Amino acid sequence: MITKKDVEYVANLARLKLSEEEKEKFTKQLGTILDYMDKLKKLNTENVKPTSHVLELKNVWREDELKPCFYSDNLLENAPEKEADFFKVKKVIE
Amino acid sequence: MELYKESAIAIKEKIKNREISAIKVTEYFLDRIKKIDPKINSFISVFESDALSCAEKIDSEIKSGKNSGELAGLPIAIKDNICVRGQPTTCASKILENYIAPYNATVIEKLNVAGAIIIGKTNMDEFAMGSSTENSSFKITKNPWNIDYIPGGSSGGSAACISAGLVPLSIGSDTGGSIRQPASCCGVVGFKPTYGRVSRFGLVAFASSLDQIGPFAKNVEDCALLLKTISGYDSYDSTSVNCSVPDYLSEIKKDIKGIKIGLPEEYFISGIDSEVEKAVLDAVEILKSCGAEIKKISLPHTEYAVAVYYIIASSEASANLARYDGVKYGYRHNAE
Repeated sequence: MITKKDVEYVANLARLKLSEEEKEKFTKQLGTILDYMDKLKKLNTENVKPTSHVLELKNVWREDELKPCFYSDNLLENAPEKEADFFKVKKVIE
Repeated sequence: MELYKESAIAIKEKIKNREISAIKVTEYFLDRIKKIDPKINSFISVFESDALSCAEKIDSEIKSGKNSGELAGLPIAIKDNICVRGQPTTCASKILENYIAPYNATVIEKLNVAGAIIIGKTNMDEFAMGSSTENSSFKITKNPWNIDYIPGGSSGGSAACISAGLVPLSIGSDTGGSIRQPASCCGVVGFKPTYGRVSRFGLVAFASSLDQIGPFAKNVEDCALLLKTISGYDSYDSTSVNCSVPDYLSEIKKDIKGIKIGLPEEYFISGIDSEVEKAVLDAVEILKSCGAEIKKISLPHTEYAVAVYYIIASSEASANLARYDGVKYGYRHNAE
C-alpha cells in the first residue's frame, strides 16, 4: 500500500515539489502500479526459468582496442556550467 | 498529380531519373510545412538551410552519375528523441530544450548514406511517455483528419506530418505502441520492428528492453523501403541482433498462399469496439481471399501483458531518466 508519506519521500529524492492535490493524485496512481504486481504474484512461476532478455544475447564483448571517437570535439558544449575541461557543479559535501 | 499525393518510391524514381530535382522536392515540402504545419503542429524544429544544402549535394551527385543511395533526395522527418548531430534533440521536454546532440544516431547515419534529407524533428509526448502527444512541453499536435482530435502518441508528430502530406517519410519510436497507435489514429502506415532489428544507438532511452525505432509512410511499400534502410546489426547497440536484413520490398510481392495466421481469442472479448472488430475481420477476409489460412488460437497470458508492461516500462524509465540531473547537460536549477 503506497501512503502519502511514501510519495513525499520519493518526491524528495527526485527533488520534486508537489502540491497537496498532486500528493493525493500520485498516491492513488502509484498504488495502481503496485496493484499490477499483486495480479502477477497470483501466477505460479515455479517451473519457469527467469528471463533476463527477450533475445538469446549473452555477453556481447569486443576486444578492448582503441577505436575512433565520433563525438563532437567538445563534449562539454551542453554543460550548464563548466571550468577548463570540467563540468562544474555546486558543492554537495560539507 | 500533386507531389504530396505521390508515394515516396515514385518521388525517388523521379529524382533519380532527373525529372525533378531534390532541391525542388525539398522546397515543395518546406513550403507545405510553412503553410500547413501551423494548423497541425507536427514539427518542433525545421532545418530549412541544412535540408536545402543537402538537397543541392544530392542533385550534383546524381548529375555526375554517382550512386546516391536508395532514398536519395527524399525529405524525411525524425521524432525528436533521436539524435541528429549539431541539431536540437529535445524529446519535447523543457529539460532538453537547449540540448544539441553531439553525435548522429545510427539510423541517422544510415539515412544520410541512403541520401535522405533530414528536414526536421517532430513533436512527441515528453520522453515518449504518453499516447496522445498532449504531453509535449512545447505544443499539441492535431490530427490532420480533424483538428479537434488527437494524432495519437507518443510519435504523434511523425504520424501527423505523413498524414498531412508535409513529408513523404518519417521515423518514430515504439515502446508500448507509440508508432502503431498514432499510425492508426492518423490513417497512415506505421511499423514497429522486432526488438533488436533496428539499432537504438542515439535513441533517447525510455524503456531499454522495449524501445524500437521504426518507419512511418503513406503506404506499405514506402514503409518496407524505409524499414530496410534503417535495419541491421549495429556494434554500438549491444542489443541489436546480428542477422541479415531481408529485402522487404521484394518480400511483400510474394504470394501468401498457405501462410497460417492466428486470431487470438483473447483479443476478441467483450469490450472490443465494434468498428475495430469489423475492420480487423474485414482484413482477415481479404487475407483469406489471397490464400492465407486463418486459425483460431489462444494466447493465455494476454491478460497479464498490461501489468508486465507497466512494471517493466516504469522501472526502466526511472533508471533511464535518472541522468537528467543537470550535471552534464539539460536543465539545471540553481537553488540557493
